[in-house]
Amino acid sequence: MNKTVNQKAWFFVAPVLILVAFNAIVPLMTVVNYSVQETFGDNVFFWAGLRWFEEILRSPRFHDALGRQLFFTGTILAIEIPLGVIIALAMPRKGPWVSVCLVLMAMPLLIPWNVVGAMWNIFGLPELGLLGKTLNMIGFDYNYTRQPGDAWFTLILMDVWHWTSLVVLLAYAGLVSIPDAYYQAARIDGASSWAIFRYIQLPKMKRVLTIAVLLRFMDSFNIYTEPSVLTGGGPGNSTTLLSLDLVKIALGQFDLGPAAAMSLIYFLVILLFSWIFYTVMTRGEEQ
Amino acid sequence: MARITLKNLKHAYMPNPVNDEDWALKELNLDWDDGGAYALLGPSGCGKTTLLNLISGLLTPSHGSILFDDHDVTGLPPEQRKIAQVFQFPVVYDTMTVYDNLAFPLRNRGVDETTVNKRVLEVAEMNDLTATLGNRASGLTADGKQKISLGRGLVRTDVNAILFDEPLTVIDPHLKFQLRSKLKELHTRVPNTMIYVTHDQTEAITFADKVVVMNVGEVVQVGTPKELFEEPHHTFVGHFIGSPGMNVLGCEVKNGQAYIAGKRIQTANKASAKAGKSEIGVRPEFVKFAGRGLEARVVKVSDAGRFSVVEADSAGGRVRLLVEEGGAIPSDSAHLEFDPTATRIYTDGWLAGREGQP
Repeated sequence: MNKTVNQKAWFFVAPVLILVAFNAIVPLMTVVNYSVQETFGDNVFFWAGLRWFEEILRSPRFHDALGRQLFFTGTILAIEIPLGVIIALAMPRKGPWVSVCLVLMAMPLLIPWNVVGAMWNIFGLPELGLLGKTLNMIGFDYNYTRQPGDAWFTLILMDVWHWTSLVVLLAYAGLVSIPDAYYQAARIDGASSWAIFRYIQLPKMKRVLTIAVLLRFMDSFNIYTEPSVLTGGGPGNSTTLLSLDLVKIALGQFDLGPAAAMSLIYFLVILLFSWIFYTVMTRGEEQ
Repeated sequence: MARITLKNLKHAYMPNPVNDEDWALKELNLDWDDGGAYALLGPSGCGKTTLLNLISGLLTPSHGSILFDDHDVTGLPPEQRKIAQVFQFPVVYDTMTVYDNLAFPLRNRGVDETTVNKRVLEVAEMNDLTATLGNRASGLTADGKQKISLGRGLVRTDVNAILFDEPLTVIDPHLKFQLRSKLKELHTRVPNTMIYVTHDQTEAITFADKVVVMNVGEVVQVGTPKELFEEPHHTFVGHFIGSPGMNVLGCEVKNGQAYIAGKRIQTANKASAKAGKSEIGVRPEFVKFAGRGLEARVVKVSDAGRFSVVEADSAGGRVRLLVEEGGAIPSDSAHLEFDPTATRIYTDGWLAGREGQP
């Protein structure tokens, strides 16, 4: 049996290849190129080898930013995932309120990210923002532009407000896909609501929750727009997350070499975490 | 263990039922003897599952009451009714092992681990699950999962009745037979009342001592498989049970006697005085070709192994009859004779003389 050689298929694949090449492969390779060279402008480059990588990995500035980033991502995951599941469990499964709830939940997701940042920026202002002023009126000394703790509080609250809905919607999708027979069987088996959650709802939500954690992990690790608009990384460097720091090095100081090396390390960290998490969560499903 | 009594039971899924059709289950009075093996047989949508869910407590009836022995359980939730139920699609707790699945209903009820262990091992042995006790339940095949569902019912010692809602639907045909015999065998070992919902007459007849036949929300007949076959109380029962089903032929009635095209047909019962559509019902097994009788024309012969199913057109409509292998089949016009002891008059579908009484 001879297969006909047909090269025409390449024409169909070509647009995608060109698109991917221009928006992913070429930029990534440019970054790789920058990361191993030094330049003083005028398009003159000198070979630098792995110097920038060593420098970044040793720099306390990178360690601090990475630490802040891990703290931020860890905190919002620890809040958004359980909170999302709780809200999804509380949402009605049937009736007219379903669509009301879904629309309400989708709302924060529809707002442009810089608008979210601007909204919370104003919302939190101690002199005129609803949140800032109220907190000060009831006796809290709240000022997110001056106190790092308050800046973190606002930043995390903003992210929880913005993204918990995503977890809710995913968890809800997992919940409504559970057939009634499971609940009926559980009632007949005399299961408590905790047992129903632990042995029916949670296992059935596992897949969507894995996706929720992955999405929230990657998105929050990459977060730039909202903190940039809200705090700009301040006060001081207290809320300078990895992406903010990267932009400062690349576009503020124009240190293209170190910035490129940092981007690659940043990229590998996200890839590594996502891969480990996904492998652990889906292990044993193949049996 | 308990006798189950249904008193004036009715159920509608809508809040204010007005018409007859609004009731998913029409008024019903029925006793289920303790330890009996029952089948609830009927076509899809006839209310079988509704009735089952009312007994288990997953639904609360709109009207009437349910008694276990003499104890009214109408308002009680399923966990307090001491009922086990096996569903159409096997329900297992995926993250647990087979052992934990079987132990689940007991642990939920606070039974001590020694007893749990003893019961689980017993039930696993009964259901051929001993070898897989340590496995994750999610890895099992459909029939294995269904055995677990069943096992969770059997493991409890307090169960009044085990209800089955078309439990073999998703089981492969070659395993259906095995699992069905397993159920029958289990019924001889555990003295529980078992109620088995199905739309398959073979399943119903092989499993049950007594079959409850339902159609459009009402019970049309309760009886042993033999009774249902020999004396259907409704043309629906005649149709639904038996293969091929009972012949139902249009007829006229004069002075309590049935006539087809002016020809007197001998019947086992007399037509009722009540006006209504009269029909004659006779099973294919009780029709034969004869020198005289109802005139008919043979239109189709199909071979069904040991016998042939012959279809013939008569003045009363299409008649099916069985002719044993090697029996003579007239090629065109013929005369049909009905066994008078197995030929009955039906008025508006119900057996004349006992209208509307299942």
